[in-house]
Amino acid sequence: MRELFLALLAGRRNYGYELRQALDREFGELLPALNAGQIYSTLSRLERDGLVVGESVAGDSRRKRVYELTEAGRAALARWIETPVPGTRLKDEFFMKLVVVASARLAEPTTLIERQRREYLQSLRDLDALLAANGKGVAAELLVEGAVLHTKADLEWLDLIEQRLQEDPR
Amino acid sequence: MTPVLEARGLAKTYDPGGAQVLALRGVDLKIGRGEFVAIMGPSGCGKSTLLNLLAGLDRPTAGEVRLDGERIDGLSEADLARLRRRRIGFVFQFFNLVPALSAVENVELPLLLAGRRRRDARRIASELMGELGVGGRPAAAPAELSGGQQQRVALARALANTPDIVLGDEPTGNLDSAAAREVLGLLRAARDRGQTLLIVTHDARVAAAADRVIALRDGLVSDKAELQAPRPVALPFGSDRGA
Repeated sequence: MRELFLALLAGRRNYGYELRQALDREFGELLPALNAGQIYSTLSRLERDGLVVGESVAGDSRRKRVYELTEAGRAALARWIETPVPGTRLKDEFFMKLVVVASARLAEPTTLIERQRREYLQSLRDLDALLAANGKGVAAELLVEGAVLHTKADLEWLDLIEQRLQEDPR
Repeated sequence: MTPVLEARGLAKTYDPGGAQVLALRGVDLKIGRGEFVAIMGPSGCGKSTLLNLLAGLDRPTAGEVRLDGERIDGLSEADLARLRRRRIGFVFQFFNLVPALSAVENVELPLLLAGRRRRDARRIASELMGELGVGGRPAAAPAELSGGQQQRVALARALANTPDIVLGDEPTGNLDSAAAREVLGLLRAARDRGQTLLIVTHDARVAAAADRVIALRDGLVSDKAELQAPRPVALPFGSDRGA
């Protein structure tokens, strides 16, 4: 979220709540209720790290602060823009759980796989309901479509794991 | 309540050239009225065999098929055909459209067989095809349509009579994602009207629209998952992941 805020501040100095509104415009209902505390703790950490500088607005009784990027903030933002996000997905909580639980014989692997398959199917249902709902922006819709494709891939992976376990139950 | 469709100990053995193949090895399944059930499983797990047996398109080696509690696996071909025409809409994996008829005539066919007037049949067929995004070329022969279009015409034909049971074998198998969504929407609408749906699919997205997902493996039911109403979904912001 830090870099998102840097990007939102790149155009002009702004208030915390306006950053929240900008995210709202892009992601709509997908955005959970970000409370003011989360926004301001992120901004104050950015400020501590010297990436943004905040200034209290004179005469504002609520002591609102307006933030802008520092040179270091611009550099950090530029690096973020230039660097592709990591492409590997070698971290998977379910798989770690499966391996550890199976090797310690704490539960049947197929039971875990079946439970996980139900969860993924339910996730697909959740995501499709979201797509069917009105009033999303294009960004939000594409994000959900992406989640659908990933979930389908996760389901295929479960099939593969299950098949390998059958062939070679170690 | 009596299930609308039921399989008891359903088994099927094929015998191609002497080598016995066990396609189904004793499947028990109950489908309630108005339920939307999906069947998933790897190729060769017996999904299509199960569907064909339930539709009375093939006969079991052992076990029973019941429709509204009455056995139908022993009925004559003629009785089965009559039953299918009256109760069951079937979407085949390879469409089975009548090549000599136009797209709209294919969809009209079950309506006319059920005794609808020609004008009504044309209206219903056109509406359905419109909903499925294939209303543009009603006079085209099936062979002139793409695989995806033929698939949707076949679905329109299966739904035309609003049969109380709709059986589908990979109804989104040949569709791109936009067309698949239209088909899914129509299946959901059919379920909302109270029609019973049993759909064999590879597409997890179709399965996720069902109330219940049956996993088939090596001719046996390996898992049954009841799905719940959609849960709210939100982005992982706020938990400050990646911050």
